[in-house]
Amino acid sequence: MSRPSPGRFRLQAPPNLDAEHGLDLLRTMVRIRRFEERCVELYSAAKIRGFLHLYIGEEAIATGVMAAIDLDDAAVSTYREHGHAIAKGIGTDVIMAEMLGKVDGVSRGRGGSMHLFDAATRFYGGNAIVAGGIPLAVGLALADKLQGHDRVTVCFFGEGAVDEGAFHESINLASLWNLPVLFACENNHYSMGMALTRAEAQTDLALKAASYAVPAWRVDGMDVLAVEEATRKAVTAIRGGEGPVFIEYETYRFRAHSMYDPDLYRDPDEVAAWKQRDPIPALASLLTELGHLDEDGLATIEAEADAEIDVAVTFAESSPLEPLDDLERFVVSEVTP
Amino acid sequence: MTATDATTRPTPETVRMTLREAHKQSLRAALDHDERVFLMGEDIGAYGGCFAVTMGLLDEYGPERIRDTPLSEIAIVGTAIGAAMNGMRPIAEIMTCNFSLLAMDQIINNAATLLHMSGGQFNVPVVIRTTAGAGRQLAAQHSHSFEPYFAHVPGIRVVSLATHADARGVLAPALEDPDPVILFEYPRLMTMEAEVPVDPDIVDLSSAAIRRPGSDVTVVTYGATQHTVLDAAEALAADGIDAEVIDLRSLRPLDDATVFASVARTHRAVVVEEAWRTVGLGAEVAARIAEEAFYDLDAPVARIGCAEVPLPYAKHLEDAAIPQVESIVAEVRRVMHRG
Repeated sequence: MSRPSPGRFRLQAPPNLDAEHGLDLLRTMVRIRRFEERCVELYSAAKIRGFLHLYIGEEAIATGVMAAIDLDDAAVSTYREHGHAIAKGIGTDVIMAEMLGKVDGVSRGRGGSMHLFDAATRFYGGNAIVAGGIPLAVGLALADKLQGHDRVTVCFFGEGAVDEGAFHESINLASLWNLPVLFACENNHYSMGMALTRAEAQTDLALKAASYAVPAWRVDGMDVLAVEEATRKAVTAIRGGEGPVFIEYETYRFRAHSMYDPDLYRDPDEVAAWKQRDPIPALASLLTELGHLDEDGLATIEAEADAEIDVAVTFAESSPLEPLDDLERFVVSEVTP
Repeated sequence: MTATDATTRPTPETVRMTLREAHKQSLRAALDHDERVFLMGEDIGAYGGCFAVTMGLLDEYGPERIRDTPLSEIAIVGTAIGAAMNGMRPIAEIMTCNFSLLAMDQIINNAATLLHMSGGQFNVPVVIRTTAGAGRQLAAQHSHSFEPYFAHVPGIRVVSLATHADARGVLAPALEDPDPVILFEYPRLMTMEAEVPVDPDIVDLSSAAIRRPGSDVTVVTYGATQHTVLDAAEALAADGIDAEVIDLRSLRPLDDATVFASVARTHRAVVVEEAWRTVGLGAEVAARIAEEAFYDLDAPVARIGCAEVPLPYAKHLEDAAIPQVESIVAEVRRVMHRG
């Protein structure tokens, strides 16, 4: 059985990389990383409970994709969505409050880590049924098309979702109806403990998508610049009315599936090799080589992220709990829109 | 089907129509009233609908609003949910509730759940039409009554439509409901005719309906079975037993107040449904009567449901499996100590 290979080790600088934009990408990735590292501490302190699925190692995808879409575009995500939520523009304070189950959390403490939602940034969750969000994204895109909105819906899912019928039904319908969806497949090679090579008879995911007459290609998901460039190309085509696009972002999670997972199914050498491809130092090195970043600059970015997370934790810890009298709210709508 | 619609009375401004036509008129009114409304489902367009409810609508409204889909129940319901969350008012059709099991994840984990799980941010104003019920020898994968599966779930409204008035009046309030609504229709009633007012009344989605007032025993039912129950009530009347027949109509939320008020008058209750008795709506109604109206009762609540088998093909077996006039009459007589 072949092991997932981390591929090339050095980012290529696009000829026109803007320094400030490169630093913004770095800031976002560092903010996501620091947010989740703090979540691990809070989990160990029993302040965060339930499942906690970390995105550490995969930050380049959320960061690069969100950089390539407009504020008004929609995102549908999975249970490993902290990075998507932060990159989409949701405040780390209200996300952290949700992690702590507080009333000021984005989902008022009803969702937790796996179910972040935010209407203001058009972030449609946080779906913890594998592939369950994919038809939802197709519907969001259908509504945009029917209403004449020039908007794109990005649908994140892991390679495990390709095992599910929902993926196949949904991408077929999106293609048939020429809908503005980006199928953003984050291939981290393992669906929980199940290796892609053990789950799929055909492991070429782009080939599967292409069989639905959808343009499909594979991108290095550890290279934020490559992610952004590929996504921008896809989104331009989608917005131009050319129908859906599928991108496989090849990546790796550096941590176990969740805090419950002893990670018995991955070879430590394989994990170590992929950690060499950490997208954050990779971008930092490139920006340093180009003269856009020095040690102090990187330290400042990290310190700013830490300070932001400090504020978020303070906000979350001081936020009240939802009153028990409100337990049964939001089962039915309270106002007719 | 010989039963007639007990809720309608011929008046000068009436028109005669089948239940199929009543369903279609309701869809047409919804499409005319609100440009956000569109239909999607298998064979609803070019084919005309598997029960011919949508026959002709493709020509009238075009393929953007009458959307034929592949055989993809997950995508049909999930796409409708997404469209509903983004400004549209989709009406998704799933041919039969047996097939709706393929879409159960979307219905329960998304439609019923997203409002609560998002802390009140994302409501899902989707309408899902499906069908239930036996009587046409279609065997175990086209004949079941799965209303109770959906009525179990907080966050969705479940309505059964077995009269012309309900069929014609339900869609406007269903589409105004900001939350998901599942409508059950009944294939074996599609050709049932009734004299109905030219202008349909609006139906209260949350209430039960007393289809036949009576003083001796309350018979609680829903869906197509109510017409069998009404026939049984006439047979009982000939025998001197005056049965009150309640159509639950709204299966979630349950209008138990109407049931309790009736039981307070009649002191006896029989629940009749075509779904399996075990863990069904009849069980729920019986439990609520026991909790809230126990001291009104002169006899234990009785239940009649489907025999605990997958519905068989052969007519005599199918007939024996589901409630019939004779079995209902016999059970009511037993409860009346007249057996």
